[in-house]
Amino acid sequence: MTAFVRVVWIVVKKDITVEVRSMELLSTTIFFAITVVLMFSFGLVVEGRAVQDVAPAILWIAIAFSGTLALGRTFERERQNDTLRALLLAPADRPAIYVGKLVGILLLLALVEIVLVPLVGLLFNAPIFAHPFRLAVTLAAGTIGFSAVGTLFAAMLVRARSRDVLLPIMLYPMTVPVMIAGVRGTAALLQPTPDLAIAQFWLALLGTFDVVFLTLALWTFDPVMTD
Amino acid sequence: MTRTTLYMLALTAGMFAVAPFIINAAPNEATMGLVYKIYFFHMPSAWMFLIAAITSGIASARFLFFKKQSADGWALAAAELAVLFGAFTLVSGPLWARKAWGVWWQWDPRLTSSLVLFLMFVAYLLLRRFGGPGSDKLGAGMAIFSIANVIFVYVSVNYWRTIHPPTSVVPTLPVEMGIPLWFCVTAFTLLFIVLLRLRARLEHQRARVEALFLAEES
Amino acid sequence: MTRVVVSDVARHFGRRKALANVSFTCEPGDIVGLLGPNGAGKSTLLNILGTLLSPSKGSVTYGENAASDGAELRGRIGMLGHDLFLYPELTARENLTFFGQLYGLRDVPRLVAGALEQAGLFARADDFVSGFSRGMRQRVALERALLHDPTLILLDEPFTGLDQASTAALVSRLRNRQQAGCMIVLATHDLDIADGLITKALFLIGGKVVTDPGGGGALRQRYHAAVASVAA
Repeated sequence: MTAFVRVVWIVVKKDITVEVRSMELLSTTIFFAITVVLMFSFGLVVEGRAVQDVAPAILWIAIAFSGTLALGRTFERERQNDTLRALLLAPADRPAIYVGKLVGILLLLALVEIVLVPLVGLLFNAPIFAHPFRLAVTLAAGTIGFSAVGTLFAAMLVRARSRDVLLPIMLYPMTVPVMIAGVRGTAALLQPTPDLAIAQFWLALLGTFDVVFLTLALWTFDPVMTD
Repeated sequence: MTRTTLYMLALTAGMFAVAPFIINAAPNEATMGLVYKIYFFHMPSAWMFLIAAITSGIASARFLFFKKQSADGWALAAAELAVLFGAFTLVSGPLWARKAWGVWWQWDPRLTSSLVLFLMFVAYLLLRRFGGPGSDKLGAGMAIFSIANVIFVYVSVNYWRTIHPPTSVVPTLPVEMGIPLWFCVTAFTLLFIVLLRLRARLEHQRARVEALFLAEES
Repeated sequence: MTRVVVSDVARHFGRRKALANVSFTCEPGDIVGLLGPNGAGKSTLLNILGTLLSPSKGSVTYGENAASDGAELRGRIGMLGHDLFLYPELTARENLTFFGQLYGLRDVPRLVAGALEQAGLFARADDFVSGFSRGMRQRVALERALLHDPTLILLDEPFTGLDQASTAALVSRLRNRQQAGCMIVLATHDLDIADGLITKALFLIGGKVVTDPGGGGALRQRYHAAVASVAA
């Protein structure tokens, strides 16, 4: 067990070290997410007023789009110099490598969301501080579900042709439940009168999705990555 | 093709030839009149879509976890049929909805979930086609995830909107409507089995030709 | 690991045949040279030996047990890949430390310092690998491969970019490992260096092993004879 955690920690530390040097992934992903929010706002805001419930929708779409890009580019880094192969070559537990990459992406997306949530709150007058803890947990649960599936797919596609477009094609239908639950759950919390029961329901769905798909990903990572 | 497949194909063709007459004999429904009869093709098609998807998922699991090479052929064949029957379901559904309720699409849970599952299998086919060598394993992973996701997609879409007639319509059908329905279900099931066998066989033979080509001394 | 037996291994990618009917044995103290033109399948064979690829047909046996993956087996294999397996955004020291920790080694800092010393890069230890020349990167990559004292050493074009001194150092390093009972398989274009070093020559042309025409001549001549015999 500790060996597993140790490997995860080593991989995460390495990814953080690499990223901190240039901040390339973080800065470009955050900026891209902001652009997405603005683009959708221009599309959906009519006469200076936003359609109802548009804030959570835009938030989650921005997370999905920027998450997909970040996943692609993280694994592109591992493709250079074939370091993904080096990771698989190590005597480390392979699922631990998957979890290591997953935690890395989660940290990146957490930082993106820290910027996006206040931005969306500002642009749409959404009461993000009404239930901050529940909001944070909902975002976390949804991001974990999205990233769990995304990390596996991105790793799978590292040596495939047409990998840039195949990742979103595979990932978006697969994460529909996460999107629906995330948007509806967030909307329930950001409504003028928040509906905590509904928010709870969607959070439970997200939690179940996370558990099921994390487990599935841990099972399938090794067979799918052995060439 | 084998003799059994030939007989099944003949039987299926016969059943589909007879089906319009049986459907015609069924009475019209109280509110929807003649239009509801599209249901006799729409519903079996939806069932076959789901069955094809599950077959593909199970075959993919056998291929990925139990390393059974032939299972991959079944997975691919079933996935193609899922897209075929899915497309039929997604076209017949809105046609019915338009006439019965006035709108093409209403985001009802079952049709929307079917759309999502359909997209997952289209993605599977795109992956197999354009992913390059090794995409059989990747596709298997994706198919397994797709099947595991069915329940989540359904629940999430369901609690998002609800308009579709309740599932329990089937047991309450009067006998005159029950007969054409089960006739069509049988016809569609036979069609699915025949197509699955033919397509899987085609895929297995393609794999054998490739193996022979590779074994050949150049 | 007592020996490595490669038995009728074949590998294809879709319709492309990369390897066919490859068989050989590697005993402790052997240095097997994989010699062949580009695209002959040398890298593919090395990847199969390193458990990174599974053979489409045939098998590789390590010691007494049949090959499969298995963390324990991978811990005894060291590989210098074609693409070096190094992170350009990390320093030489960080790269080695990362892999040392990943391999679960004890006293990583001391091992890493020793490795940097051996590579002659102690002075540049804290410079980013992206700033290194090909030869320097090759040296770091080699240390990465040997850091955990593997029994089976796989090297893909290890002499690329190395100057005279580094080449000599590598040769003596490999001889040292050979004395220690390791098994070494190296793929190279460099026939002259290989001539003095290898104990077994495997000519790989178009994915197939071509029998050594023998005659005990220089490696270069035997290689050209082998190539000619295929073209004929």
